[in-house]
Amino acid sequence: MDDLALSLRKADGTVKNQFEIAIIGGGVVGLAMLRRFAMAGVGCVLLERGADILSGASKGNSALLHTGFDAPAASLELACMQAGYAEYLEIHERLNLPLVKSSALVVGWSAEECAKLDGIVTKAHANGVSDVRAVDRAELLRLEPHLSPAAKTAVLVPGEHIIDAWSAPLAYAHQALAHGAVILRNAEVTGGEFSRGEWRLASKSGPITARLVINAAGNFGDLVEAIARPSPFTITPRRGQFVVFDKPAAKLVHAIILPVPTERTKGVVLFRTAFGNLAIGPTAEDVQEREIAATDTGTLERLKARALEMLPPLAGIGVNAVYAGLRPATEHKDYVIEALPDRNWITVGGIRSTGLTASLGIAQHVQRIYAERFGKLADTLDPIWTPVPNLTEDRPRPYMSGGEIICHCEWVTRAEIAAALDGPLPAGDLGGLKRRTRAMMGRCQGFNCSAHVEALFREKTRGAA
Amino acid sequence: MERRDIVIIGGGPAGLAAAQRFRELGMSATVLEREQKAGGVPRHCGHLGFGWQSHRRIWTGPRFAAQLRADAADLDVRTGHTVLDIDGDVLRIQNASGISEIAAGRIILATGTRETPRAPRLVGGARPRGVTTTGALQAHVYLQRFRPFERPVIIGSEWVSFSAILTCRHAGIRPVAMIEAKDRITAPRPGDLVAKLVFGVPVWTRTRLIAVEGRDQVEAVEIERDGRRQRVACDGVIFTGDFVPEASLLAGKPKVVLAGNVHGELKTSGECWREGRAVAGKIAQGMS
Repeated sequence: MDDLALSLRKADGTVKNQFEIAIIGGGVVGLAMLRRFAMAGVGCVLLERGADILSGASKGNSALLHTGFDAPAASLELACMQAGYAEYLEIHERLNLPLVKSSALVVGWSAEECAKLDGIVTKAHANGVSDVRAVDRAELLRLEPHLSPAAKTAVLVPGEHIIDAWSAPLAYAHQALAHGAVILRNAEVTGGEFSRGEWRLASKSGPITARLVINAAGNFGDLVEAIARPSPFTITPRRGQFVVFDKPAAKLVHAIILPVPTERTKGVVLFRTAFGNLAIGPTAEDVQEREIAATDTGTLERLKARALEMLPPLAGIGVNAVYAGLRPATEHKDYVIEALPDRNWITVGGIRSTGLTASLGIAQHVQRIYAERFGKLADTLDPIWTPVPNLTEDRPRPYMSGGEIICHCEWVTRAEIAAALDGPLPAGDLGGLKRRTRAMMGRCQGFNCSAHVEALFREKTRGAA
Repeated sequence: MERRDIVIIGGGPAGLAAAQRFRELGMSATVLEREQKAGGVPRHCGHLGFGWQSHRRIWTGPRFAAQLRADAADLDVRTGHTVLDIDGDVLRIQNASGISEIAAGRIILATGTRETPRAPRLVGGARPRGVTTTGALQAHVYLQRFRPFERPVIIGSEWVSFSAILTCRHAGIRPVAMIEAKDRITAPRPGDLVAKLVFGVPVWTRTRLIAVEGRDQVEAVEIERDGRRQRVACDGVIFTGDFVPEASLLAGKPKVVLAGNVHGELKTSGECWREGRAVAGKIAQGMS
């Protein structure tokens, strides 16, 4: 690419504002694309409106790695999920990312649901997930002895796994930075003009010039799309609420317990988290609000009750956290990924609940579009691997080798908090610090440590100001 | 592996009193405290009302905690020691240098209690900054000299809720109201009059918190008062009381004796101190 030199910071250390590609949106999809283009030697900038990356749709999901067994046949979504799944398996160890090989069970709770299970197996096989198979009641109860006896039969999906929705995109961000990419936070894009083959974007962090713009703005995707053209899709955020139970609950179930899906949604899932908790969610509620993912008591109560119904020994185990996420749903069934060659623009919209799994695959797909339509890629340089701190219980954690524990519920050390406030992409707000370390995310929700953790955050951010 | 006759988990009033009593009886106990300083919850209760049952004085919490530490100066109190789990008589412990184990003859669990935070109450709405518990507020105000908000609402009307008012007053924070779902306050009666007349905080009974609003910081709460929904502007929410034992170490059903507030029903620090001594006396009797 003739603009390769642009990917460098200026010699005087200031950040330049001219790039080959500007990606709008610092969610998992934007970051996976930033990683892929940066590793291919393309000069990229990512603009995120929030104070930290993952401030939107990517922060409130169920953190599962899907096989695509139930995805729409022959869809772009399915192709991206399966490519993303394969790449995650290939790279996760080098980035120190978790992979809990839990498997999943699609459980039929009524005769009507059980009647649909054969179809699920057939569809899975057609989607290329050939190890999916039916499980009778005896085997189901042997696999999951704590499940309510109301469970009848099931479909086993061995390849469904549990990952961590935060660490993976953080690792992609770090790897992109190591390859020269620039990430700007608090940089909401407010407009743009295209002339003489170049985009001039106005952002809250100042003007940015780029030859090509990629719209990965999630719940704001249609608004950003309007910069380039009348948006061919409209985002109606779909809210999903979750309830997270305390750690002893995770011992009660091994597999991800999936419901038989309906037309509209995959339904409410009971799943372990990579951090050793058990969670239930998400609901699927169409809302107008794009930014604040609010919960409501009635829904949370119903979710909790449903979890207890499926897993009776949960009774008496406390709730640690509740949260909600907003998925960028559109009127279209599939992802909206397309190039506008005469506008130097690539649209990556409507990436709903499968974005975490599909992100690496979407990045591959968009890179192909780029190579076909916009320019050749340099030979891939030797990749630099940037392992992220481990937050999960299935790998060694820092407290195990000593140090001062600050958050006693999640066993987070002072050194981990210091590290999260430092480095090339320090926590941009308190939420970012919590997600980077899990401090205050345990059963006491900061009763013991919040004053201390927040003081460390203020100390660091004041120092930087 | 290190072996100890008696290990006390938790260096608050109950744990330290038990250790002191063991020494008086000619026995030695090891106290494991996860914080860097022993003293427990009184460390961050800056108001008066501590020390009468143990020392016949009326001190602030931090002063009382300092006295407990002084009383325990020559005891085996190990701060910065977190017990990760208990398997039979073996405690797995984390400290500055890593993980180690102690085999204990007897184990006393004196890990205290904590307030129920927002999440398990299933309160709806957004998740902005400015939502806290009394304990966390006290740590902000007394340990970090920080005001997380100016005009919070207080949820609950137990004794500790009045402690939240005192903490606010100390920091110059002016609560908008104290909210109680029941017909009358949980703390003994004229508490509501005291709140209103002495501290200028109105007490609204038969009022439920429905949801929290706000983008970055709390901006308002939605409440239901006498069956009617209304929005109250505020910049913080203090969830008070509804204490739950800090008892996650009981998960493996180890053989331990409980002392102090880890029992469940809430007691004062003086009562916990007395109970720590009594538990130590009883164990000593059984061992001799």
